Amino acid sequence: MALKTGARLKSAVCDGEVMIVKAPAGDIELTCGGVPMADSAPATRQAALPDHAVGIRIGKRYINEDGSLEVLCVKAGDGGLAVNGQLLLQKDTRQLPKTD
Amino acid sequence: MNLMMLLEMAASAFPERVAFTDSSNATSYTYGDLFTAAGRRAAALRASGARRMAMLDVTSVATPLALFSSAWAGLPYVPLNYRLTDPEIEALLARVTPAYLVTDADRSDRLGVLDAVAATAREHFLEDHRHPEDPADEWSMDPDEIAVLLFTSGTTGQPKAAVLRHKHLVSYILSSVEFAGAAEEEATLVSVPPYHVAGIAAILSSVYSGRRVVQLPSFTAEEWIDVARRERVTSAFLVPTMLARIVEALEGQSDAGMPHLQAVSYGGGRMPQTIIERAMDLFPNTDFTNAYGLTETSSTITVLGPDEHRAAKSSDDPAVRRRLASAGIPLPGIEIEIRDEDGRVLGPNERGEIYVRGEQVSGEYEGRGRVTDNDGWFPTRDAGSMDDDGYLFLEGRADDVIVRGGENLSPGEIEDVLMEHPAVRDVAVVAMPDEQWGEAVAAAVVVKPGQSVSAEELQGWVRDRMRSSRVPQVVRFADELPYNETGKLLRRIVREWFSPGG
Repeated sequence: MALKTGARLKSAVCDGEVMIVKAPAGDIELTCGGVPMADSAPATRQAALPDHAVGIRIGKRYINEDGSLEVLCVKAGDGGLAVNGQLLLQKDTRQLPKTD
Repeated sequence: MNLMMLLEMAASAFPERVAFTDSSNATSYTYGDLFTAAGRRAAALRASGARRMAMLDVTSVATPLALFSSAWAGLPYVPLNYRLTDPEIEALLARVTPAYLVTDADRSDRLGVLDAVAATAREHFLEDHRHPEDPADEWSMDPDEIAVLLFTSGTTGQPKAAVLRHKHLVSYILSSVEFAGAAEEEATLVSVPPYHVAGIAAILSSVYSGRRVVQLPSFTAEEWIDVARRERVTSAFLVPTMLARIVEALEGQSDAGMPHLQAVSYGGGRMPQTIIERAMDLFPNTDFTNAYGLTETSSTITVLGPDEHRAAKSSDDPAVRRRLASAGIPLPGIEIEIRDEDGRVLGPNERGEIYVRGEQVSGEYEGRGRVTDNDGWFPTRDAGSMDDDGYLFLEGRADDVIVRGGENLSPGEIEDVLMEHPAVRDVAVVAMPDEQWGEAVAAAVVVKPGQSVSAEELQGWVRDRMRSSRVPQVVRFADELPYNETGKLLRRIVREWFSPGG
């Protein structure tokens, strides 16, 4: 599916939810626990792939290798995020001085 | 993308933490309670048929409730300046109907009779038993929906309503604040009014970082100091006039310490260099940050951090020391250019108009569309320059630059020099019409109580320190300078003092 900036996607394997911060154009299949994420969670939970159960943490941002895809975890979960079978990386955030 | 998502995250990560405390009446909200209350008010807002949520009141715990419930309901949030007169307020309200208005009890009776205005007293809005509704259905995640309409404090003509969409405010928070980055004991004191963009930014960044907000509905230096000590406040945002009053109130006191105050950020106007230096002497362990931004840019776009403050203050090198007067470097994701009147991009140390681009930049006004150019650059109307290392220096509004015989003079530079004179409490430098030069330099000066100084002495003071073109041709003394309630100097009024017949 095409990933739209600002859209919220839910995991099919856990409580995890993400918001798309930025995404390249075209169809991308974002998975959580190895299962595609979607606008709504399925009625019955599916099992996560064992090597995709690394977990996501609320407030952390995840990016793909070239940084063209970035998502924000808005609800924590046990699954791990991936595109094309490649797990996303947690993005390092710089500490900025408090401004307001 | 929706502002509500920020509160939802906080409410799920630390529901029991206190989120907001009103220092005037000790009412408070936890993140969890604020989230639930917002859902119930959102249901009421949707049922009301209103298209906008207007807030006309001093800061209270109803302020964040109104902001988040309107985001949840999908209505633009419109905070109005409560210092305006009734006719002015009615004119603004007429531009945002049908509106759901939260205000004080007195105004609720007076304004509730207007067409298409459903007025509710703040007390009623806050009472849970009046809002038994189930929380509203999900909020929209459309990033292009309007989150906030802010009437700018334009001093001529009709106020413009700046449009801030969810994507602008959320991008600002995501690029500048770490989620849950605040320790549990952290508290920030918010004394800017709720209709100022800094007031909105303070709510959002505090919620996202998990930092408790202590609200000070009406600022006096004494009250601010008292509340900061009582509530063990660890950080605060101040406009320059507020910091100046606090410094004056504490200087020379035997017990001037603010032991919990780890950080002070300031912005919203030009900070006189003497004031920030005195503040740093007064609070040597406090981190100072200068934040420059505009309503149209979702608040802060450049930052001068604590390390740079300390390095500048302790340096003997004038070039490094000057950096204390800088607005700093752009936030991640923000680009800045300085351009001349023909739109040509200028190099380091050249003065021109500041242009800005970035995801948090809206540059849009209701009914007028975006004023950004084809590449997304927003003209700020602020004049400035960048030094060789990319530090931004503000020179005032582009319209405030004094053009004397073809030479562009920055009022701020001259004001800084005059402020260093021991008898000067406050000063404003403006252009005055002049037959020979086109414009000449005029200075309005407020003298410290118990001190005296002559115009000739001040002219000599500037002549000893700056090029002769900067010497004020006329110096006039005043009891006070005209500021608006958010600390912005009203130069238009000062200019009138020096106009023929003024």
